Amino acid sequence: MVIFQIAKASEYVSVLKGEEKTRKQNNRINAFFLLGFLVFGLIGAWYCNDLYYGKTLFPQGSASIEGEKIDEMMWITIIITGVVFIITQVLLFWFSFKYQEEDNRKAFYFPHNNKLELLWTTVPAIFLTVLVVFGLKFWFKITGDAPKNSIVVEVTGHQFAWEFRYPGADQVLGKKDYKLTTAQNNLGVDFNDPASLDDIHVNTTMHIPVGIPVKMVIHSQDVIHDVGLPHFRLKMDAVPGIPTTQWFTPKITTAEMRAKTGNPDFVYEIACDQLCGPSHYAMKGVIIVETMEEYKKWLAEQKPAYFTIFPDKAPKPVITDSTVKTTAQVLIKNN
Amino acid sequence: MKTIKNMSSVATLHHEDVHGSHDAHHEHHHHETFISKYVFSQDHKMISKQFLVTGIIWAIIGGLFSVIFRLQLGYPESTFPWLEDLLGHWAEGGKLKPEFYYALVTMHGTILVFFVLTAGLSGTFANFLIPLQIGARDMASPFLNMLSYWFFFLASTIMFASLFVQTGPASGGWTIYPPLSALGDASSGSKIGMDLWLVSMSMFIVSSLLGGLNYITTILNMRTKGMSMTRLPLTIWALFFTAVLGVLSFPVLLSGAILLLFDRNLGTSFYLSDIFIAGKILPNEGGSAILFQHLFWFLGHPEVYIIILPAMGMASEILATNSRKPIFGYMAMVGSLFAIAILAFLVWAHHMFVTGLNPFLGSAFVLLTLLIAVPSAIKVFNWITTLWRGNIRFTPAMLFSIGFVSMFISGGLTGIFLGNSSLDLHLHDTYFIIAHFHIVMGVSGVFGMLAGVYHWYPKMFGRYMNNTMAYIHFWVTTIGAYLIFWPMHYEGLAGMPRRYYDYSNWESFKMFGGLNEFISFVAMVVFAVQLLFVFNFFYSMFKGRKVTDTNPWKSNTLEWTTPINPGHGNWPGEIPEVHRGAYDYAKDGHDFIPQNVPVGEDETKH
Repeated sequence: MVIFQIAKASEYVSVLKGEEKTRKQNNRINAFFLLGFLVFGLIGAWYCNDLYYGKTLFPQGSASIEGEKIDEMMWITIIITGVVFIITQVLLFWFSFKYQEEDNRKAFYFPHNNKLELLWTTVPAIFLTVLVVFGLKFWFKITGDAPKNSIVVEVTGHQFAWEFRYPGADQVLGKKDYKLTTAQNNLGVDFNDPASLDDIHVNTTMHIPVGIPVKMVIHSQDVIHDVGLPHFRLKMDAVPGIPTTQWFTPKITTAEMRAKTGNPDFVYEIACDQLCGPSHYAMKGVIIVETMEEYKKWLAEQKPAYFTIFPDKAPKPVITDSTVKTTAQVLIKNN
Repeated sequence: MKTIKNMSSVATLHHEDVHGSHDAHHEHHHHETFISKYVFSQDHKMISKQFLVTGIIWAIIGGLFSVIFRLQLGYPESTFPWLEDLLGHWAEGGKLKPEFYYALVTMHGTILVFFVLTAGLSGTFANFLIPLQIGARDMASPFLNMLSYWFFFLASTIMFASLFVQTGPASGGWTIYPPLSALGDASSGSKIGMDLWLVSMSMFIVSSLLGGLNYITTILNMRTKGMSMTRLPLTIWALFFTAVLGVLSFPVLLSGAILLLFDRNLGTSFYLSDIFIAGKILPNEGGSAILFQHLFWFLGHPEVYIIILPAMGMASEILATNSRKPIFGYMAMVGSLFAIAILAFLVWAHHMFVTGLNPFLGSAFVLLTLLIAVPSAIKVFNWITTLWRGNIRFTPAMLFSIGFVSMFISGGLTGIFLGNSSLDLHLHDTYFIIAHFHIVMGVSGVFGMLAGVYHWYPKMFGRYMNNTMAYIHFWVTTIGAYLIFWPMHYEGLAGMPRRYYDYSNWESFKMFGGLNEFISFVAMVVFAVQLLFVFNFFYSMFKGRKVTDTNPWKSNTLEWTTPINPGHGNWPGEIPEVHRGAYDYAKDGHDFIPQNVPVGEDETKH
């Protein structure tokens, strides 16, 4: 209401003062505001960077070796686009201010200039070629085949949680068929396949050793999910019916990252990055990156899912040295 | 009084002129009833106003939805009892339910992208400007044009009705990816609300096709004498390419939507395979959820150019007029519009880099995507050069056009990040993409639309909008838009995912609570100032200062050669003949030379 009254009043004032005069005055005010907007805008951008740079993932660095490449690419892009941003915004607002209407100014008839146009066709094209070349170099490296020494972990998403399956001693994941899924056999594993007997199932938290490539084979049981790994700079969709893969080499353990960030509660979180239903925002997984010794110890403590799902098949004698190897031996005996 | 009398005699005159040839129906046309003039009108100007007013109503609804879900994001711990009064069981105890949060997000996107920035923007200005600027009495088929609006109205009604169904409107995001959108068990928004969404969008596509075919036909066939294609104002070129994009890509979305309706209701398996949900094993096998994404983005990407091209065209026209200079590099501007229109069809899979797409295929899409930056750069530099050594008048339309260029630069540059697949691995579906497309498509598109409204308002209604309110509107909106979206890039660089209802349980993202609150606050201020614009728009229709000059902006294009309130048929007498391009400003010492002025003997060629 107040704004309306002011606006209405200013219209009457302008009629009284003469519309042309008011128009010219408004023109000067707006030209000045445009210049002010440029100056305060650039200061604001600097201030914003000051406030929030520390909260981005740049200061802690990439937690995976592949992510370093992405950070490098990010910086190349930030620098090139940053320069273009400043040049074009400054010219836009500076020209607006400088060439504001004045009584004695005559606009310059300048309909085209082939040299200029050629210049700003080729220069952006060259810079973009640089960005494409670097970008694709990293892209092919990251999306190429996983190294031979990779650990394989199967990741399965469903509304609204993550499940993980490790291949066990035989290093082979057992076959699956979604039609076998039951409340107990929640991943639909085919236990007629001997390779599935020693597979280890865990939910929510995935353990991986530092320094060794991890290849994730990603499934979904219902809708599309996405394995979002912000600290490792990676993402891959989980699509029902179409398994996908993604590999990376973690280089900082969870414990080291806690020290580095000064946050004792730090964890690597898996954030679902594809809208998957009402509790999408709560579909969280955790990755614990640990040393090889810790990882081996953890793995040894896990019981194959076969025994949890069919408790009667579990080995009766108390196994003191329950390493993966002995479990396998028990299995062979049972069969 | 005198003017009004003049007007009516003018209107009668022209009617005789247009319809003189078919005498049998002559009488019939003289008595325009309320229904034939304002409701089932076949006058392109009235249809354009219908699109604009419907678009504004949708914009208020869509904007209000964003304010409500920003409340949840900014103040996740608080409750707002009035929300329960407004939304009932969706906000029990004053706290928004996640189901409805996602419904609001989905509807905000659907409404703004399709109903406001496609129908409200192209629908309004293609209808209004094409006949007026090319020198035609109306569209090639006024009847199809009328149907185009009424199909849009039907689509609007169905979408609006879907807001009130028991299980809520569609809530799978505006991209409605199956299987989420295909299975009622996956989310309550995927029940009847989703069917209504699909039916509504199908009607919308029919509307868009009827309109688009009409625009193309009219531009190609109904230009006045002397109006060669290379003399067309850039608005018309932009609207032409927009219509071509729509006609070629919307049918693909229609096919995608129909297959999804089949999957939902007829037991087909186009998009479904290997699904175990709500304790049930579904029989569907062999479908591909990714197929839908290909079909969706084959429209979805051209769609963003359907939004931005008209804004570019109008900004070009307004920048040249108010700089009192020719647009710099007319042919390059047309060429870059053409290049963008072609490339728009060849980049859709850059939305799908993380779906498991073949990396080699992905690399082709990286190359084609970044290629778009070249014509975009040409446009930006040409706009800036148009300002250079001009004599600039800062009308509200001009300010919004300058704001448009600024936003287009800011948002366009972040596209170079996201189009590069290796960076997309990190930034995909984070707040970085939210910031990117809101600036480059949302805010830029809205700025283009607002610039157009302010510039052509005198032609539409014969009155001016209030300037003071317009200036307040511009400055609060521009500053607010940057305050909202600029810091979101930082959230994106922290990996913060989009479409989360609450971040407070995430160790990785909870540190942005204060910033989210700030953004929500600014969003409310910006929304409030849009209501000021809406008030200005409707108030000025009845009480605004009357236009006394047929050519208030001293512009060259043909719409300013019509009477102040043109009747159906636009020109009372002969349609003017065109003798030159639309940008002869500052030529040979003349401030401007309208297109219908014959070339003088001593005039220089260019």
